[in-house]
Amino acid sequence: MTLQQKYTERIEKALAKYPDKRSAVMPVLHIAQEEYGWVSPEAIIEVAEICDMDPTQVKSIAGFYTMYSKHPKGKYWLQVCTDLPCALRGADQFYQELLDYLGVEDHGTTTDGLFTAEHVMCLAACDKAPMLQCNFHYQESLNMEKMKSLIEEWRAEAQKK
Amino acid sequence: MNILLREKDIPNIHEYDVYAKNGGFAGYKKALGMKPADVINTVKASGLRGRGGAGFSAGMKWSFIPQTEPVKYVAVNADESEPGTFKDRQIMENNPYQLIEGALICAYAIQAKAVYIYLRGEFWDLGAELDKCIEKAYQEGWLGKNIHKTGWDCDMYTHLGAGAYICGEESALLNSLEGKLGQPRVRPPFPAQKGGGLYGEPTVVNNVETLASVPFILDKGPEEYLKIGTKDSPGTKIFCLCGNIEKPGNYELPLGTTFRELIFDHGGGIPNGKKIKAILPSGASGPIVPATDAVLDTPLTYEDMGKIGTVLGSASIIILDESVDIVWAASKMTKFFHHESCGKCTPCREGTYWLDRVIDRLMAGKGQPNDVDLINNIAKNMVGVTLCALGDFAANPILSTIKHFPEEFKAYAQAQAGIEEKKTASPAARTAKGNEPGTPQGRAGRHSPATSTPAGD
Ligand SMILES: Cc1cc2nc3c(=O)[nH]c(=O)nc-3n(C[C@H](O)[C@H](O)[C@H](O)COP(=O)(O)O)c2cc1C
Ligand code: SF4
Ligand code: FES
Repeated sequence: MTLQQKYTERIEKALAKYPDKRSAVMPVLHIAQEEYGWVSPEAIIEVAEICDMDPTQVKSIAGFYTMYSKHPKGKYWLQVCTDLPCALRGADQFYQELLDYLGVEDHGTTTDGLFTAEHVMCLAACDKAPMLQCNFHYQESLNMEKMKSLIEEWRAEAQKK
Repeated sequence: MNILLREKDIPNIHEYDVYAKNGGFAGYKKALGMKPADVINTVKASGLRGRGGAGFSAGMKWSFIPQTEPVKYVAVNADESEPGTFKDRQIMENNPYQLIEGALICAYAIQAKAVYIYLRGEFWDLGAELDKCIEKAYQEGWLGKNIHKTGWDCDMYTHLGAGAYICGEESALLNSLEGKLGQPRVRPPFPAQKGGGLYGEPTVVNNVETLASVPFILDKGPEEYLKIGTKDSPGTKIFCLCGNIEKPGNYELPLGTTFRELIFDHGGGIPNGKKIKAILPSGASGPIVPATDAVLDTPLTYEDMGKIGTVLGSASIIILDESVDIVWAASKMTKFFHHESCGKCTPCREGTYWLDRVIDRLMAGKGQPNDVDLINNIAKNMVGVTLCALGDFAANPILSTIKHFPEEFKAYAQAQAGIEEKKTASPAARTAKGNEPGTPQGRAGRHSPATSTPAGD
């Protein structure tokens, strides 16, 4: 099924927000990423058709923004803020411990394909460091203990599906 | 005194009924009974200054919109990406209708056709909640066609970004909304002018906090607003307090509150019995100030920050305690700007790249004797020559840290002069923080490779 078929209503709603189709490229890219887990070359072509754009234009838009992933990611994309305010509250150390726990390098994905860990810039939650976003949902005021139980929760959730 | 963070006094003010019962939409209702020009004059009279960074008069900005143009827009800047800033998020999460009301007052005042709320992409869940609030506002007749029989129509939409600090810059924000690369535009024409705004139409771009301050002004009158704060900086401001502070968080206080009151009375002081060393009053983008007694006693206003060589900006106040290695902090900020430079103009694109590289090698103990001068010069060459202010922002952490803490940079430079045994006593070894893990990667497809090589690399 194409994006257009599967997400007809959401795409129509996105297109209706703007006076031209091109402006819907960002929301439609978000939909594509949600569906495929990343912005694949095929997704780019689909988005281009929906927004009446050239695929190369869509590709450059996707390339400009960090939230559109240009490669497949783990099922749980963990983005840990290590920017200055969080780092002053121990975020670098927290991130290193998380990497060690998962057994991956920065930007790496676990061998079971479940978790990708990345360090990112400020996420507007500096008062609740260490923090991260998992698939763009906030997890705040973390420590390794909390982190481990979250990871177990996500593992269990993934097994159920 | 909470004009913005009203959830501290009124639980559940994020619910429509609670908001409405507590004076919600009274300011908007009043505005709808006034001539649009009078609404602009009211906001002008309040002295409200933009809370997104530059502190420009909000009413003045609205008055620049040419009323003869049939199509006009309001763009709400909810990109909130400055390191240390987390206030707009709190307003939108806890008091969303007040932002909607403020944006509508602005829209009515300039007779806008639509309001777009540009949220940073990571505010994904928040965007969904705001959509529900907007829906409710339509149902209640505050939005849509012929609003309150004024003959004026207005729509409101949210738009999610996708991870790019530069899209908080107003002209980049407009490009991004239009589905173009989120890079700044050449000005003039400015957003308020024909040809410069959204889809070429005159547009007001205001920060979330600015607009959320407006309902009070309409409801209670500009005189009441002027009673708070100082003559040149009226009203309350949300101070985002973070870093080495006992109680990090948002504090809404009258402008004119001193650093000392904010940090010690409200923020609970510095943890672990440490001393305060320096303050970054405007996130990563404003100059650092050493926390001297004179600085601590300075009132937090737009005018007073200038006197101590820094800016109020969006008041994202990062506290550094005595154990912080200033070169490490400068490196963190430089990595941020290197990552976020949009790559459109050379001094910023190349400058942030080289600053990051040279500081990295300095910290790794592989620098050259003149590296401190080199980074100072690279930073100087970025000031005032770029298309948007990010070039200046990126130079600030370097120029101001070298100015106030030259000995810390020298310590690194000397450590590299072959005195290996001294290295254990270098600032890098004194803090446990060290460098950040991994190599931050530039934005795919954004940066062209650096083409110039500063001397000494
Ligand atoms: C690089 C850069 C990033 C910016 N980021 C933001 C931001 O995240 N939020 C914001 O409100 N203003 C930001 N600004 C300021 C906007 O360009 C603009 O001045 C502001 O939205 C105007 O609103 P105000 O008058 O209500 O402050 C940024 C400016 C620059 C140069
Ligand atoms: S100063 Fe930097 S961020 Fe601003 S337009 Fe130039 S390259 Fe882009
Ligand atoms: S620095 Fe980490 S959320 Fe702001």
